[in-house]
Formats: sequence, C-alpha cells, structure tokens
Amino acid sequence: MAAVLAPDELIAPTPGALMRRRARSHLGLLAGAGVLALIVFVALAAPLLAPHDPYAQDLARRLIPPIWHDTGTWAHPLGTDMLGRDYLSRVIYGSRISLLIGFVVMLISGLIGTTLGVAAGYFGGRVDLAVTYLVTVRLALPVILVALAVVALVGSSLWLVILVLGFLKWDRFAVVMRSATMQVRGLDYVVAAQAIGCSTLRIVIGEILPNVASALVVVATLEMASAILLEAALSFLGLGVQPPLPSWGLMISEAKAYMFFSAWLITIPGGALLALVLAINLLGDGIRDVAEPEGRN
Amino acid sequence: MLAYTFKRAVLALLVALTVSLACFLLVHLSTDVAVAMAGEGARAEDIEFIRKQYGFDRPLAVQYADWLGRALRGEFGDSLYFRTPVARIVWERLPVTLTLGAWAILLALALSIPLGVVAAMRPNSWLDRFTLTLAVIGQAMPSFWFALLLMLLFGVTLGWLPISGSDTQAHFVLPAVALAYYAAPAIMRLTRSGMLEVLGSDYIRTARAKGLRPAAVLFKHALRNAVVPVVALAAVQLGFMLGGSVVIETVFALNGLGYLAWEAILHNDFPVVQAIVLLIALFYIVLTFLADLANGWLDPRIRIV
Repeated sequence: MAAVLAPDELIAPTPGALMRRRARSHLGLLAGAGVLALIVFVALAAPLLAPHDPYAQDLARRLIPPIWHDTGTWAHPLGTDMLGRDYLSRVIYGSRISLLIGFVVMLISGLIGTTLGVAAGYFGGRVDLAVTYLVTVRLALPVILVALAVVALVGSSLWLVILVLGFLKWDRFAVVMRSATMQVRGLDYVVAAQAIGCSTLRIVIGEILPNVASALVVVATLEMASAILLEAALSFLGLGVQPPLPSWGLMISEAKAYMFFSAWLITIPGGALLALVLAINLLGDGIRDVAEPEGRN
Repeated sequence: MLAYTFKRAVLALLVALTVSLACFLLVHLSTDVAVAMAGEGARAEDIEFIRKQYGFDRPLAVQYADWLGRALRGEFGDSLYFRTPVARIVWERLPVTLTLGAWAILLALALSIPLGVVAAMRPNSWLDRFTLTLAVIGQAMPSFWFALLLMLLFGVTLGWLPISGSDTQAHFVLPAVALAYYAAPAIMRLTRSGMLEVLGSDYIRTARAKGLRPAAVLFKHALRNAVVPVVALAAVQLGFMLGGSVVIETVFALNGLGYLAWEAILHNDFPVVQAIVLLIALFYIVLTFLADLANGWLDPRIRIV
C-alpha cells in the first residue's frame, strides 16, 4: 500500500503518541469508554433525567408495558413495575448503585490486594510465601456463599455489602501486582534507586507503582465489573441492597414472579447490567491492548 | 514427582486447616451465635442457658478445637431450621450439586475447547472474532439473568424443558447450561491463547516440515501441550462453579447444596452454612491439588518450582 506519510509521522513518535494513536483506532476501547461515560453521566444527572420519582408508587398504574408495546405510553417510556413505579426512573437511579458499589469495592480490594501483591513481589522470600498462602486460602473460600452468609448474619445494608465484597475480592489484585512487581524489581532504575539509598517506601511509590500502573488499571476495571455482577447476584438473592432502593439485581428479583407475562421487567434491568459490565470489560481489555500491544493475543 | 506430590499435599492440608478456621470465625465474628440459636424474641435467661449448654461461653480457641474435632468426624451438630443432623441433610443434597457441576463442566469443555482450537487455527477470521465476541459477552452476562432468560425461552415460550425442581435429568439441562456459560469464556480464551502459542513454536514447524498430516500435528503435537493449563483451569472453574451453584440452584429451585445454603442463610441456620462453606472449600482444595498433580505429570518443568 502506497501510503503518503503526514509530515509529523516522519519524526519518530513518542511512546505516548503511539499509545494515543492505538487508542483512537481501538474499537472496543472506544465503544467501552463511550458507553461507560454515558452511564456515568446518567448516574450523575439522574435527578435531571428521571421523568418520575423512582420511589413513587401508583397502584392504579401497575405493570404498564414499555413504549414499543401497543399499550405503552410516553408517560412511562419503559413502563411501570408491579407497584406502579416508573421503570425508566428506577433504571436511571439504579446506575448510581451499581457504579458506587463497583467503584468503592474496587478501591478497597485494590488497596488491600496491591499492598499485598507489591510487598510479595518486592521483598520475595518469606513475605512472598505468606502472601501466596493467603491468596490460596482466599481462593478456596466461595465468595458468593461467604458474602451471603456474612451479610445475613450481620444484617444487610448497602455499606456492609460494599465492605464484605471489598474484603473478599482482593485476590486478583494481589496475584497480578505480585508478578508485575517481580518483573520490574530487578530492573536498572530500581537497582539504581536502591544504590543511592532511597527508602523502600519511596522506591515502591516512585519507581515500582508507576511502572506497574497499566496492569493495575486493567485489573481494576475487571474487578469493578465483577463487583457489580456480584452485588447484582447478592441483591437478586435478597441479601444485598434492600428494597426500595432501585438496584438492578434487586429489580430483577422483585420482577421474577411477573416475568412470564411481563418479560420487560427482567430484560430491561438485566440489559442495563450487561451493558455496564460489558463496557467496563471492553475498556479494560482495550487499555491492556493499547498499553502493552506486544502482550496481545 | 513424589517430592512434588508430597509438597502439594502438605500445602493443601495447611490451606484446608486455615479455611476451616475461616469458616468458624466467619460465623462467630459476624454474630452472637447464642442469640442466633435462641431465635427471635428469646428471653435473656434462655440465651444464657444456650450459651452455657453449647459451651459458647468458652474461649474461641477452645470452641474452634472442639468444632474442628467434631467436623473431622463428620459431625456438624443439628440444623437449627430443618431440625435434623447437618451431616445427613448435606449428604442428601450433595448428589444433586455434583450432578449439576459435572454436567456443567463437561458442557463447558465440550463447547469451549473446540471453539478455542478453531479460533486459534484461523486467528482474526470471522469465526475467531465471533467466538471472541461470544466470550466477551459471556463474561459480562449476570449468570442469574442468563438463567432467567433461558427459563423464559426454553421453559415458557418453547415449552421444551422444565424450569423448576430436580426430579428428572431434564431438570438439570437449563441449570447446567447456565452454569457452563459462566465458565466457558475463560476456558475458551485459554485454549485459544495456548494453541496460538504452541502452533507458533519450532517443534510444530518441524512436525509440519516432515510432512505429518495436519490433523496429526494439531491433535498429537499441539493440543496435547496446549491442554495442560486448560486442565488446571477446568478444575479451578469446577470449584468456582460449586460455589456459584448457590445462585443457579436458587433460580431453578434445584434441590442441591447451593439451594440448601441459601435456605440456611435466610433462616440464620449457621451450622448448615458452616458445613457447606467448608465442604465447597474442601472440594476446591482437592480439585486444585489434582490439577497441580496433572500439570506436574504432563509438564515436568513445573515440578521443580
């Protein structure tokens, strides 16, 4: 192919410019980032966008189908649920719960997992053995069952669900950060920092973390997606977010008895969950491809 | 191999012991067991009586040793809700979950290994892109929602399969599909990337150069090596599936361990919950131990580390 090079392409581009160029042509990354940005916007602007109060019940207007059914009405574009609450408004407010849980769980588990993983990778030896052992034990415990049990015993609330998931889901952070840290531990700039007498904390923050950042971001997105799915499952089983909060998983659970005649009650919140998780996963996969093109297959 | 097996076995035992401690603490740190046992509206004297009677006033370490000792003999006390010995009720429900798990992992392997191999043979073909898309969507799909959609389509609209209960083998089809779909994407991606790596290696080029039939190269030389990590992942996924069965079994009212766990959790029946969490964790430990052995047997390099 006889391509005419633009003048700025004749000069060797910087790694950052290369990365931006790869990002602009990565369809999955763009689609994921776009959909996620849209959902974040919807969550932030929920009071402006929602046509009705998501909690307001109207028993005279129960189970109105969405607009694409013959009997749908523009007053309730996505219909109403079995208590006559506007479904569109509930789906819009539901995005706040999913994003909040996904984000905070990711922060908590990321902090725990990264600390353990970087310590294991940097110090090696006994520290590494201990962390690897902890990860093995953690992986043996079934997350959903343990989370369900703790939430049931302590009493379910939004923040308890977040805490429990945050303290259960650090394993992948630890595993990935451990191997990423091991790869950079012996590199020249780390050895140089050690040679001039930098403190361990300074080496970890100044040399290690910036160089494992891309791996960290990738795990963080995948873990956020998985936390959102877990919350939905917990809420679906009745032991996550409690009514009347509009969690998407809880909405599916409440609508289960009506799904045979009013299928939209489960397809809409489920579709919203699928879109959000898919967007986050695509973003994560895209970031990996763009940041480490050689590791792609 | 013997030394490797021994090391892995010791590790598995240690992990099992730690997991049992976690199961015990999980309950005793989350709640006051005497209050949970007495039930709602119990008088303070009753709670005190239960605390003395069951020895909940002893130090936690003593209680743990006592609980572990009895657990090793298969005694988990009586269920608070079902009013029968925990061991018996768990034993009754176990076959259902094992049947479900076996179907699901077989289905996942039968689907994802051929797809992974085909995708690796023609990287970036439409088939490769299609299976990859399927995997990406599969990983983003809430499993309980997928289960409900299966129910709607095959149970209600088409009317082919039963949607609730565990009386016949037909009752296992939809739950097994739902559970398999949860594990298949990871297995498929690993098969694909393993095959891609192997197919690019020198000995495959040699095998091709000396004129072996493509099928022989693919199955005898390539797949055999690519399958090593897939075996390990399948075992691990089966362990995760047993844990995830709580969601799928509850959706389909399939009378297995997962459904039992959910019922027990709803009724604060902590002896049953402890037993199930411990049992599923032990399954996982045994499965990963076997996967380690299989890997060590297939690939001697692993044994050294």
